[in-house]
Amino acid sequence: MDPSFLLVQSLSGLASASSLFVIASGLTLVFGVTRIVNFAHGSFYMLGAYVAVTVVPWLLEIDRSPWLFFAGVLISAAVVGLLGVAMELLLLRRIYKVPELFQLLATFGVVLMVQDAVLKIWGPVDIPGPRAPGLRHGVEIFGQRFPAYELFLIVVGPAVLGLLWLLMHRTRFGVLIRAATRDREMVGALGVNQALLFTGTLFLGAFLAGLGGALQIPRVSASAQMDLSIITEVFVVTVIGGMGSVTGAFLAAVLIGQLQAFGVLVFPKITLVLVFLLMAVVLVIKPWGLLGRPEPAAGRAALPEGILSPRGFGGAERALLGVAVASLLALPLFGDAYAVKVATEVLVFALAAFSLNFLVGNGGIVSFGHAAYFGLGAYAAGLLVTKGGLPMEPALLAAPLAGGLFAALFGFFVVRLSGIYLAMLTLAFAQIAYAVCFQWVEFTGGDNGVVGVWPSAWASSRHVYFYLVAACALGAILALRHVIYAPFGATLRAARDSEPRADAIGIDVRTHRWLAFTLAGVAAGLAGGLYAFSKGSIDPTMLGIPMSVDFLAMILLGGIQTVMGAVVGAAAFHAIKDVFMPLTDYWRFLLGASIIALVLIFPRGLGGAWGALRART
Amino acid sequence: MAEAVLDVAGLKAGYGPAEVLFGVTLALRRGEVAALMGRNGAGKSTTLKAIMGLLPPRGGKVRFAGTDITGLPPFRIARLGLGYVPEERRIFTDLTVFENLEVGRRPPRAGRDAWTPERLFAVFPNLAEMRGRRAAAMSGGEQQMLTIARTLMGNPDAVLLDEPSEGLAPVIVEQMAEAVLRMKAEGISVLLSEQNLDFAAAVADRAYVIERGEIRYEGTMEALEADEHVREAYLTV
Ligand SMILES: Nc1ncnc2c1ncn2[C@@H]1O[C@H](COP(=O)(O)OP(=O)(O)OP(=O)(O)O)[C@@H](O)[C@H]1O
Ligand SMILES: [Mg+2]
Repeated sequence: MDPSFLLVQSLSGLASASSLFVIASGLTLVFGVTRIVNFAHGSFYMLGAYVAVTVVPWLLEIDRSPWLFFAGVLISAAVVGLLGVAMELLLLRRIYKVPELFQLLATFGVVLMVQDAVLKIWGPVDIPGPRAPGLRHGVEIFGQRFPAYELFLIVVGPAVLGLLWLLMHRTRFGVLIRAATRDREMVGALGVNQALLFTGTLFLGAFLAGLGGALQIPRVSASAQMDLSIITEVFVVTVIGGMGSVTGAFLAAVLIGQLQAFGVLVFPKITLVLVFLLMAVVLVIKPWGLLGRPEPAAGRAALPEGILSPRGFGGAERALLGVAVASLLALPLFGDAYAVKVATEVLVFALAAFSLNFLVGNGGIVSFGHAAYFGLGAYAAGLLVTKGGLPMEPALLAAPLAGGLFAALFGFFVVRLSGIYLAMLTLAFAQIAYAVCFQWVEFTGGDNGVVGVWPSAWASSRHVYFYLVAACALGAILALRHVIYAPFGATLRAARDSEPRADAIGIDVRTHRWLAFTLAGVAAGLAGGLYAFSKGSIDPTMLGIPMSVDFLAMILLGGIQTVMGAVVGAAAFHAIKDVFMPLTDYWRFLLGASIIALVLIFPRGLGGAWGALRART
Repeated sequence: MAEAVLDVAGLKAGYGPAEVLFGVTLALRRGEVAALMGRNGAGKSTTLKAIMGLLPPRGGKVRFAGTDITGLPPFRIARLGLGYVPEERRIFTDLTVFENLEVGRRPPRAGRDAWTPERLFAVFPNLAEMRGRRAAAMSGGEQQMLTIARTLMGNPDAVLLDEPSEGLAPVIVEQMAEAVLRMKAEGISVLLSEQNLDFAAAVADRAYVIERGEIRYEGTMEALEADEHVREAYLTV
């Protein structure tokens, strides 16, 4: 291959690495000090771009000078920094001590709220930004033209790294940040007001994300999808680099930039997959990332209160359950088609949520990518029917197989980690699956998915299909519930509560967890297959992050510490979403706010409320 | 009797469901060194953590220099002039010796010479030679010196010192004792937890003995040394 072409390719890889690093450095700093993985970091990036496409053209009206362009970029970053301060004061401050799962969910609530706010303020149409005055031309490099702005970006990364180094080593604020990254409690015992330190760190982190976004405007238009597309890449960079390590983030960004620049030549379709594969490999070899250091505090998962010892149903509950199941099954007799559709979906989500709580509540395995197995089940079933020409029955059989197979594959790596790293890896695997379904257009239909996933003739009426779903979902839930009560379930709980102790009494914790992960994947895959036939189509949203978050919100709403809470939570969540979504244009905002409210005031969910009520009577 | 700079009354604390302190009462007089003695797991560290606010007190009262500090966040307590040196040292291993001191720096207090790195290097000469070195590269004894120096940078009126002699070579223990006496000479009151009777005898004026979360004995250091019963019952293993 032409060496000058390779050079240019490598340079463009460096340019994207620079941008990635600027954003990731903010995330890793904030994580280091607060121990919160901030999903909203991607929102800050997006806001940086939106503020910049508003402010910069306005400044350029005054004078088309490069200085004003960069002043505008810095102003935008500072505005976003202040939004970071607001987020710290209003939300993060209240959740420093809650389990990681709740923190992730709460910051994802912010993501949802910001998405609607952005749509409200800037509208749904992408907004192109102005080019940077003085950097609009191309530069000749060994006969290849290369944009001057990209060259400038290449310099920005190391410059930010250098400035951050100075800040961290030459100022008291920076020294305190580094100290707090190791041991924030001790920093407090020495008289440092952590609250101020955290607020300052959030300013810095959000500023860097905003800077990254504002610097993008000459290259890409500001759009409402920027947040989630960047956040997974940034997660990957920080995890590979070692969470909390700025230099590690730099190395990882350079590595990923090059991997993408050259990967696109070899495997144009699966660059995202390459990136996530790199992450999986790094995490397996170095579980703390390239420059991260093992820390008891960060490695020990702060788990939400899980299922303690599952109790059987009392008489009242048995009766209640009987009534609930009977009225559900009787629904098609008096409900309209819409009610039957909703009930079908509730059953599907109940199974998916139950399988997730089997992992989270019973096993202490906080998966942030459970939608992957749900979606892969749906895709397996959908593709077999449409592309493979198979009837529904074998396709429905293939769905749990596909879910279980991929859960076994991914789970093999996942169960080697714990805490936040485990959550990040499940998320990364889910994003691989998402990326494949999204990018492999010929096979999966890409963004649009595939339509025509219909049940066999005998099950084609809504009512019959409802009963089919009810039989499968209730059967699978009962089977999983059985596992929770069986010795296998008790072993998982023992390993969750004290891994060393479980190890000491000779339990093979890893294998147990791996089996549990696979089993949950089987159940989620079945749910996905059932869902595909009820919708008649498949598309990538079925394995996206928002779907995983929906499942988590369901189990949170139902109560993670109860066995059957997930089912109640799925029903309540889906019903609420179905009722409110059509009523308002701001359902995402509402959903985000509700998730935050759940975390802050109702962390034990409906199941917890029921338990409290039961205990009182 | 000299006025008490630190006054602990009926302090209760624990971890999760486990109750550890069942009402600890003790006082630290201005300018003295008092030793809190007891076996492994008796509740010495828990007492100091609860005083410092690192563990929320579940009952009782803590007064420091006339202010009620029960339940205050640790940084407020530290700012009032109560220093804390943890048992596990907890130095910032990524930071240099100098930076560790910087983290502890607080404004000087009226009527007292402020501690500076230079003054501390005079007290702890070993540290002076390695001021630019990463703390991770220090020996255990040097790290122990550094935690004390770091706390002194906050110009405290009183210091809680958790088992300063633990796991150290005899030479270093001697230096530790000198450091404690030097603090006393500077007018800093010291409450130290200790299992090592010899060390306590070398530095402390008075002693408390704690067992299963309650104070079982209180007296001068000489009296404790002379009292074979108490030593047998609560100190020897
Ligand atoms: N973080 C913790 N979680 C639960 N229990 C704890 C914790 N720390 C200490 N304990 C328990 O509290 C009791 C008192 O412990 P503490 O550390 O105060 O003892 P100590 O007197 O300082 O002992 P040592 O000489 O070993 O330092 C012990 O029974 C110990 O097991
Ligand atoms: Mg102790």
